Amino acid sequence: MALTRAEVEKVALLARLELEPQELELLTAQLARVVEYVDQLAQLDTQGVEPLAHAVELTNVFRPDQVQPSLPRQKALQQAPRTDGEFFRVPAVLEP
Amino acid sequence: MSEHRYELVVGLEVHVQLLTQTKLFCGCRNQFGAPPNTLTCPVCLGLPGTLPVMNQQAFQLALKAAVALNCEIAPVTKWDRKNYFYPDLPKGYQISQYDLPFSRNGYLEISDPRGRFGPKRVGIIRVHLEEDAGKSLHDETAGQADSRIDLNRAGTPLLEIVTRPDIRSPEEAKAFLTELKLLLTYLEVSDCNMQEGSLRVDANVNLHIHTPEGTVATPIVEVKNMNSFRAVERALAYEAQRQYHQWLSTGHRLGQVPKQTRGWDDQAQITRPQRQKEESSDYRYFPDPDLVPVTVSPEQIEQVRQSLGELPATIRERIQKQYGITPYDADVIVSQGRAVVEYFEKVAQVSGNGKQAANWVQRDVLRTLKERQWTMEQFPLSAEQLGQFVARIAQGRLASSRAREVFDHMLRTQQDVDTAIEALGIQTVDEDTLQELCRRLVEANPKVVQQVRQGKTKALGALVGQAKRENPNVDPRRVQEICRQLIEQAEA
Ligand SMILES: [Zn+2]
Repeated sequence: MALTRAEVEKVALLARLELEPQELELLTAQLARVVEYVDQLAQLDTQGVEPLAHAVELTNVFRPDQVQPSLPRQKALQQAPRTDGEFFRVPAVLEP
Repeated sequence: MSEHRYELVVGLEVHVQLLTQTKLFCGCRNQFGAPPNTLTCPVCLGLPGTLPVMNQQAFQLALKAAVALNCEIAPVTKWDRKNYFYPDLPKGYQISQYDLPFSRNGYLEISDPRGRFGPKRVGIIRVHLEEDAGKSLHDETAGQADSRIDLNRAGTPLLEIVTRPDIRSPEEAKAFLTELKLLLTYLEVSDCNMQEGSLRVDANVNLHIHTPEGTVATPIVEVKNMNSFRAVERALAYEAQRQYHQWLSTGHRLGQVPKQTRGWDDQAQITRPQRQKEESSDYRYFPDPDLVPVTVSPEQIEQVRQSLGELPATIRERIQKQYGITPYDADVIVSQGRAVVEYFEKVAQVSGNGKQAANWVQRDVLRTLKERQWTMEQFPLSAEQLGQFVARIAQGRLASSRAREVFDHMLRTQQDVDTAIEALGIQTVDEDTLQELCRRLVEANPKVVQQVRQGKTKALGALVGQAKRENPNVDPRRVQEICRQLIEQAEA
């Protein structure tokens, strides 16, 4: 399966990556090889095989609805580039 | 300008927050109104190396809602990552359900007790369980060009309910939302409090316009930002008008322009365009490798079904038949919740008069609850006490003119009806005394009698006034009735 430059541009945009033209060139080639590699799976005959949602054969893992302590606010905010001690501060975003 | 007949076509997307103790994938408390960023942990902050584990109660509540909405429950369900960037979504993806939602193909029946539209089923395409995002606060007043993020809500359990485009008017949309809210609050799945954001509604809206050349569908518009059921009604009515005029001026049909998102502006009472919605493939959904699938057996579904209890639609029908009350009365009582239904039923049983019980519960009890902001449980009179009170009125042993006074006294003192009547010095006037009094009054007032005979029934008021002066305990309505009968008899 060939990968076009336009497709890589779109994926980059969705991932919020800004790429230089040379990077785009390089990544298109590299990504194409990755996709090609995975594409080998398409050679398998999967007729009559149930789709697999998860690699681990485990279902119904639950936890009880019991409150556990949360982090102190100071600790929760500690890794943030910008805070006011109460909130995370981020560059202005448009209303969704 | 030619006028066309058109139909409004609406599908709703409703999000409700579940009444769990904790969030969907971690043990942080699921609570509205806590100080910002005090209910977070590494899991809901999306820190690397953490593992989400599904809250059993959240899944159970979701199942309850879906079964009550007549949905088919999938034997196997899984969760997917919906990828997008927004500062209130710390992981860069939302854990949601894409191609294998845990339920689909249900319906909710709606009707209008005032008969503006017939009973109908609104189809439910799917109900799925996902996590909520945090909150962004856009602080313009502080003059700062940045946003504040509170992640207390991030990762709390959310049910998404998507209807078929079966809704045909703003009134139907409101009826659907009202019935859905009632059902989910009866089930204690959600408190559906719109002010606190525990119920949110978006609508997909277009028109089917009938032209001489056939029916034309207008482009579908998604309407957001509707903060009350009233706002939903108004936004839909506005949007119908807008789309019709848009079509008249552009001729655009469904499929000719990309889907538009518009936000309801409650101040201006209009919808305004918002940013274009990304195509669903842009979310690059894929199965979340951190969560394993969940299976549901037919036995489990049956258990959930058994646990639902009597639901609003069934209660409405039953109490109408059982107590001989109108659909409107039944609707008002049921819409107040289970506690009020139970209270009403007890009053109806003790008094032996469903209609009167409905009147007093609906009018006086509910008014009192509203005025004093009490819950049914806080109401000082037991159903037994009110039942005996209603019984006395129904049996004609308490004049309806003084009933309100007795009710207020009972409310104040929590006395039984007999004690209250005694305390107020009300004596029931027996039938013979009443007849005797009326006979005397009719004889003593030939002028009034003549007026009544000439059709001026209002003149009876003079007799009632005199009767009340002689004996304040008489029931004015009975005096009027008896006097009229006496006059009519004398005439014959
Ligand atoms: Zn947490």
